[in-house]
Amino acid sequence: MDNELAIVARGLRKAYGKNVAVAGVDLEVRRGEVFALLGPNGAGKTTTVEILEGYRRRDAGEVSVLGSDPANPAADWRNRIGIVLQGVGEFDELSVSELVHHFAGFYADADDPEKVIARVGLAGKARARTHTLSGGQKRRLDVALGIIGRPELLFLDEPTTGFDPEARREFWQLIRDLAAAGTTIVLTTHYLDEAEALADRVGVIAGGRLIEVAAPEHLGNRQQAHATVSWRTPEGRTESTESATPTEVVTELAARFDGEVPGLTVTRPTLEDIYLKMIGHR
Amino acid sequence: MTTTLKPATAARAAGHQPGPLALALRQGRLELTQFLRSRESVVFTMGFPIVMILIFAAVFDGEIAPGVSFPQYFITGMIAAGLMTVSFQNLGIWIPIERDRGVLKRYRGTPMPKWVYFAGKVIMVVVVGVVETALLLAVSVAAFDLQLPGTATKWLTFGWVSVLGITACTLCGIAISSLARTARSGSAVVTPVALILQFTSGVFFVFTELPSWMQQVAALFPLKWMCQGLRSVFLPDTFAGQEPGGSYELGRVALVLAAWCVIGLLLCLGTFRWTTRRDG
Repeated sequence: MDNELAIVARGLRKAYGKNVAVAGVDLEVRRGEVFALLGPNGAGKTTTVEILEGYRRRDAGEVSVLGSDPANPAADWRNRIGIVLQGVGEFDELSVSELVHHFAGFYADADDPEKVIARVGLAGKARARTHTLSGGQKRRLDVALGIIGRPELLFLDEPTTGFDPEARREFWQLIRDLAAAGTTIVLTTHYLDEAEALADRVGVIAGGRLIEVAAPEHLGNRQQAHATVSWRTPEGRTESTESATPTEVVTELAARFDGEVPGLTVTRPTLEDIYLKMIGHR
Repeated sequence: MTTTLKPATAARAAGHQPGPLALALRQGRLELTQFLRSRESVVFTMGFPIVMILIFAAVFDGEIAPGVSFPQYFITGMIAAGLMTVSFQNLGIWIPIERDRGVLKRYRGTPMPKWVYFAGKVIMVVVVGVVETALLLAVSVAAFDLQLPGTATKWLTFGWVSVLGITACTLCGIAISSLARTARSGSAVVTPVALILQFTSGVFFVFTELPSWMQQVAALFPLKWMCQGLRSVFLPDTFAGQEPGGSYELGRVALVLAAWCVIGLLLCLGTFRWTTRRDG
């Protein structure tokens, strides 16, 4: 397998009875990259990621994650990957510090637990029992347990669900720091702004297939998409037109109105518009 | 475990990652900590056999045979039922909850060897079982003059019957945990099994007074043999004549309990699930 690639999957398939969850996914994730998997619920996102994490067996296809087949990994494979699960509050009776210290003991090359606790912003809660943490704090603890082994490859499953906006920004910074330190990151998310803010590349999954992989700014040919110019007519109606050359339209309008154009807006499709259009075709 | 080190980081990690024994002990300590901090399970697990023997002692006042008081007879059932509670019921109820909450999934995502999880449970069960039995004996000695075993041989029998019994019950508890599909159904699966076995194995009644078909059904399961083995420890040798087989049949006790250890282990290896069915 290519050393530049952290993950290679070819023709990945998985069915639950008659329900085909993953219908032939081809995927490559480069080392050091932040890759976001985007898709509606039931699209096959979680199944795909759990096959890569070694939690589920595939029905067909080839997979290599850090050079190992996750269904039958090399001895030290689990030492090299980190998984941030969606679950919260499994260890009600333990403190943050006890739990992170305990999990550190599982890894050959664990990070300093106190440092990791501080890094995810739980230093003030280190002695607190986990059941006293807020939802956002529990997610931070999940992240701490995911990164305590200093993984080369980190999986994050909808990591900021339930975060307030400030916590999300802090979390994004943490992900950027990990990426800057060379960690390969695969994250699934519902939030398009999150994919746009963090990911080098975004894969859109729908109906069990990867329908597009691109940098966020290129997704769905977004950079070539027409802009919409809209304005208010003297009768008070709003008119709009799509154009590849919006400046021309605006110049024309300025001439027509002899100066200021009432209610003028020029917009390009957001990532969300593009994404909804893409999965809407399914 | 030491062979799983990354070459580049081996130097840093050398003194860092615990060996197999240390891993098991750490896991056992974690399990014990969690158990001791959930106060209600401590109180009920430890207190149940004590309350039961006090009730029995109060209800059945007198002697079951010359020189053998009722509590002296029923202590054997209470010890056996207590060991079964901390192992079979405890694990059969808790493991489905841990599976449902994703504890098992979380462990599977780490380099922790699978067996460490079970080792942690076994350590917890053994420590709680020993403490609970000691408390039960101490209360019984103080409250109604329970006669402790008088010879080293009897203490030895006490030891191996308890170890084999708790091992069989632990393995069966881990095995039955896979029957429960959700966290809530664990106790629904385990409690009736435990109660029926307790009623038919001579925990609450004098075993020989049960209908013989019931005795024969109970003889298929470990609890009856744990009680019988413990009777040989706490009752006089002369009482052996009252057993169904005319003796305490210690050889058969060892055989049946060992067989259940093997059956339990095979069931565990064949059926244990780390994730819920919903997870796939």
